[in-house]
Amino acid sequence: MDIQALAETVPVEGVVNLEGIDFVKNGDEYLTFCLGSEHYGVEILSVKEIRGWERPTLIPNSPDYVKGVINIRGIIIPIIDLRMRFAVGDPTYSNTTVVIVLSLENDSMNCMMGFVVDAVSDVLNVEDGDVKKAPNFGGTLPVDMVEGLVNVGDNVVTIISTEQLLTLEDD
Amino acid sequence: MAIDLEQFHEVFFEESLEGLDLMEQGLLAINGGEQPDAEVINTIFRAAHSIKGGSGTFGFTAIANFTHVLETLLDEARDGTRILSTEAVDLLLQSSDCLRAMVGSLQAGEPIDDSTSGPLVVAFEAMLAGDTVPASEEASTTVPDAAAIPSVDSGLSHNDIVEASINSLLGADDEASLNNDGTSGAGGSDEDGGSSGGGAEWKISFQPDPEILMTGNEPLRLFRELAAMGAMRTEAHTQSIPDFDHLSADECFISWTLWLTADVSRDEIVEVFDWVVDECKLEVELVGDASEELSPVVAEESAQAAESPQEPAASAPVSEPEPVPEPEPAPEPKAAPVATPAATTPAAPATAKESEKAAPATPASSSSSIRVGIDKVDSLINLVGELVITQSMLSELGNNFEMEKLDRLSNGLEQLLQNTKELQESVMRIRMLPISFAFNRFPRMIRDLAQKTGKVVDLQLSGEQTELDKTVMEQIGDPLVHLVRNAIDHGIEPAEERLANGKPEQGTIKLDAYHQGGNIVIEIRDDGRGINPDVILAKAIEKGIVSAGEDLPESRIFDLIFEPGFSTAAVVSDISGRGVGMDVVRRNIKSLGGRIEIQSKLGSGSTFKVYLPLTLAIVDGQLVRVGTETYIVPLISIVESLQIKPELVNRVSGDMALYRLRDDNVPIIPIYREFGIEADNTVLENGLLVVVEGEGQKIGLLVDDLLAQQQVVIKSLVSNYKRVEGVSGATILGDGSVSMILDIAGLIRQVSERSQKRRGRKSGGSGSNSQHQAA
Repeated sequence: MDIQALAETVPVEGVVNLEGIDFVKNGDEYLTFCLGSEHYGVEILSVKEIRGWERPTLIPNSPDYVKGVINIRGIIIPIIDLRMRFAVGDPTYSNTTVVIVLSLENDSMNCMMGFVVDAVSDVLNVEDGDVKKAPNFGGTLPVDMVEGLVNVGDNVVTIISTEQLLTLEDD
Repeated sequence: MAIDLEQFHEVFFEESLEGLDLMEQGLLAINGGEQPDAEVINTIFRAAHSIKGGSGTFGFTAIANFTHVLETLLDEARDGTRILSTEAVDLLLQSSDCLRAMVGSLQAGEPIDDSTSGPLVVAFEAMLAGDTVPASEEASTTVPDAAAIPSVDSGLSHNDIVEASINSLLGADDEASLNNDGTSGAGGSDEDGGSSGGGAEWKISFQPDPEILMTGNEPLRLFRELAAMGAMRTEAHTQSIPDFDHLSADECFISWTLWLTADVSRDEIVEVFDWVVDECKLEVELVGDASEELSPVVAEESAQAAESPQEPAASAPVSEPEPVPEPEPAPEPKAAPVATPAATTPAAPATAKESEKAAPATPASSSSSIRVGIDKVDSLINLVGELVITQSMLSELGNNFEMEKLDRLSNGLEQLLQNTKELQESVMRIRMLPISFAFNRFPRMIRDLAQKTGKVVDLQLSGEQTELDKTVMEQIGDPLVHLVRNAIDHGIEPAEERLANGKPEQGTIKLDAYHQGGNIVIEIRDDGRGINPDVILAKAIEKGIVSAGEDLPESRIFDLIFEPGFSTAAVVSDISGRGVGMDVVRRNIKSLGGRIEIQSKLGSGSTFKVYLPLTLAIVDGQLVRVGTETYIVPLISIVESLQIKPELVNRVSGDMALYRLRDDNVPIIPIYREFGIEADNTVLENGLLVVVEGEGQKIGLLVDDLLAQQQVVIKSLVSNYKRVEGVSGATILGDGSVSMILDIAGLIRQVSERSQKRRGRKSGGSGSNSQHQAA
């Protein structure tokens, strides 16, 4: 079974059909996911793993979007619900709710965090020129969180800056 | 096989520092002017001697030379021919500081600063030469030498030229890395007894071709011949020695610079080299007159190595056509040392030098290794053996398991549990060090401080054998120093004041360490003037930390001195800090999971008690359930757990629930309300109450259920998230789920802050400052 056949037989999950995916790597790759009906992407190299939703241990007196902490192989990782943090979509938890575990780092620190999203969609290959600057006309996301927008077929994917995700729970 | 000496450097540094500590302790035990205990002197001598030996081996010549001078003095003391005076002890103490600084700079890969060692050496030599102790006659071979050459290089006199040349290899390295410390040349005056031989000082640069040995010429013989003419110093340039792999024993890679003080003519010198003149680069020049002091000559040499201002013309005819201004840059990458065995010797300092340069400025303070008694290791090995046996038993059981073997299985598991527990305890014990490691610096400090402040202070240590986790030990040192300094500076009164108050003239500071519950308690007790709560309260009100009219218990008032801002300049003189504030002390102790308490009686002294957890990694915990969540309460903070009797609950001052526990009224804190979670049981009646204590305050935590007690491994929340108030960390339970470990002291603060806010009064920032520091 070759890869081409595999790509045809395995249906793309979810209702969204993203085009423009190829296996030629001449740009950055992003993992795209859904929050409600919107599409987002994060740099794929920072993705540690994708796991199903499990009930985390609550952290006392934390903001409501911090769902708690879980244990991944002996490391304690906070779980943040991106839907609640960005006020996008409906924070319900079902069998298909997934947690993307990202390894985030900036100059001063390096940590792992899990982010709750509705679904993971695809891997997106984006050339540098294709990332457009996001217009700043409202929207619930903090401006510096958005690295740029990428057109994928009829949809627009918001690329989230992983460095800024680190500072998510600071405010 | 080239041995990489670098790997031993760290060990040498550690051992030297340990030796210096021993030396210092020994010195402090000596009363100036009295004949000290022989064992004490021996200890000091041994420490100095092994530092000298080690530094010599590794090519740290500056340290070796300096220690040698020290050793000479100690040797006399050891022989009983010299009584160590108070000045001598002071001098020795200073030199141990100086050595520590030298080792420190080596460790950090910095050049050694000889600005302190120089004067000390001079002082030592003055003491050695000046005091007309008959013993100094014995040491005459070294002492006049040292007196003649006012440099560190005393006494390394060599009769055997081979030794001299090997030593000069070390000397060359010394010069290369430490440059111009005025101590370079290692050789000493030889046969004719010092530089007084008269005649001119000649500088001979001798750079043999690599093939020189193959023609049967041996540089050593030439040098021996030269040495017979007068006093000679040699310096070998080893830069061009190749890697050991490329080293050929048949070739000579070393070039030399020789200083000869002798009444000879240039021709006589050149004659010595007659046979080899075609196979080398030779330069002979007159650099000075022997009637001059030797030291300016040395200085001159280092300033302008080759050019001789006295006789530039004379040097031209004899030397080879091409002028070689600096003797070192031998372009051929080969040259064999005198003999093959010696080849390893120059290689070693070369690598040592490299490593010194390459080593980044690592913080010298935290040593990375730990010394463990062999008994502790043996017990570990025993335990591992038992573990292996248990494991094989269990696996055999599992191979063909039948229900009737269930008993044996549960027995085996029990044994496994036992083994694991013991193993864990043993491993933890490895990290434990006696607290004397932290205490040992105090005798010296007290001595110095007492001298400086003019107070008479006696230090009493007890419980030095109490063991404490290494990490805790390293971090508790500075806060303890601060507390002890404060006790001397501000606690102990000057002698006159003490006498006037009917106290003994000598103040006393007691340091004590002991176990209490799961804690280590370190006590710093002074019999000084004590802390005046009124003064502190007035100051706190002035600073706005507390509001006027607030009625605080004394212990709370004392706690105020830990407030940031309270300790910085221009506060109450009795307790004012110096540089590092008391808030830093408390913060450090808190970050270790400990706490500090003050007891003080005006006029009769203060006691600071530092409570520290035995270890940082594992805590004994009581698991409690609240709703769906499981929390862990550290066992050490639990006073008792009980079922609430409704008649003992009192509601006071607007729905604050108090539980009467014997004489205490303990506020009841429902965890579900503090943490904003769901609980099964929200009524007090017949609920379960865990009474805990933190920072001198008792509270009762209302929980749904008491679960098991177990040891839990503390995992940090901070590493991936941030500090959470009321929680000191998290742990992973047996089923893989995460559970929060409660920070009782933090919880109490949080509750009191909230209730103050609820009452609509600003809390004044008490406590909250230290809360955020770790975030």
